Amino acid sequence: MDQQTILLTILGMMAVTYIPRALPVLALARRTLPDAVIRWLGFIPVAVLSAMLVPSLVAPEKFLDFSLRNIFLWAAVPTFLVCWKTRSFVGAVVTGMACVALGRLLLGGA
Amino acid sequence: MNSATLSSANRAESPLASAFRQALPIILGYVPVGFAYGVLAQKSGLSGFNTMLMSVLVFAGSAQLIAVGLFAAAANPLAIVATTFVVNLRHLLMSAALAPFLRAWGKTRLALFAYQLTDETFALHANRFAKDETGAAETFGINVIAQSAWVGGTALGLAASTLITDIRPIGLDYALPAMFIALLLGQLKSRLHLAVSLAAGLLSTGLMLAGLGQSHVLAATIIAATIGLGAHAWTSRRSS
Repeated sequence: MDQQTILLTILGMMAVTYIPRALPVLALARRTLPDAVIRWLGFIPVAVLSAMLVPSLVAPEKFLDFSLRNIFLWAAVPTFLVCWKTRSFVGAVVTGMACVALGRLLLGGA
Repeated sequence: MNSATLSSANRAESPLASAFRQALPIILGYVPVGFAYGVLAQKSGLSGFNTMLMSVLVFAGSAQLIAVGLFAAAANPLAIVATTFVVNLRHLLMSAALAPFLRAWGKTRLALFAYQLTDETFALHANRFAKDETGAAETFGINVIAQSAWVGGTALGLAASTLITDIRPIGLDYALPAMFIALLLGQLKSRLHLAVSLAAGLLSTGLMLAGLGQSHVLAATIIAATIGLGAHAWTSRRSS
């Protein structure tokens, strides 16, 4: 594919990415929304975070993997506990990364 | 150290320093992923200019990685744009969810904010806005730092693309999942929120395994939030 076509494709990608990002916040920020809509939107952060996170933990290779070799899944346990007990955001992230690094070391660079 | 309590307790900290501290996990996550994108884009036949341009104009990690795969496979440009649209449609819900917190903002400011709305900046802002931290300097500081990390990672990947074979530095690829865990925990305000979270995780995984391409996140989010709304209506009717 020539670079000109790639450039035009990137501009198209920009448009279809920006519009869904901008439209709702522009249309809704000034409006008084019905209680049910506000409540529904209040569930979106937990729902979307969980919808992105859970598959990446239980099926990082796109199939369910509860074996010990699934480092992403087991590293989530200490990450969760550190965050729960210490309420520390940075501590949780550092714990998670350290566990993944350690796990890969123990499993021989999996 | 708790970034959440610090940012509200330590008023002496400048907005930019606070933005940097909060964005640190995003930086740790974006630099290596941006790097991977830079390497792959180069190997997929994109010019250096187009590789950088995509990180500046599109700024959407998973969509960019999928797109370079499609460019490498010489896919139809319209199919690439359509795939990008579907992959990024979840931002529609994130944008809507943040809207009620930004009543005081003008249109230009909202339009600029939306440009840098990614999964990661959304997750951070959802937690901040819920605590009434909607300061523009700190908000835009986080967004600009995040995109700088993304564009910087892309540039490093471009520069190193001839040298690099292994693009996963030890543990760094867990920065973003770990951040999501921490942010999710901060959002679990009630049992109902916990139930919605579990439903969304199960549905999303199930739909992904069922082969629902790129739309499993979007579908699971909508269904789980609707279940939450229904459950709330049902329990409040029973208790009244």
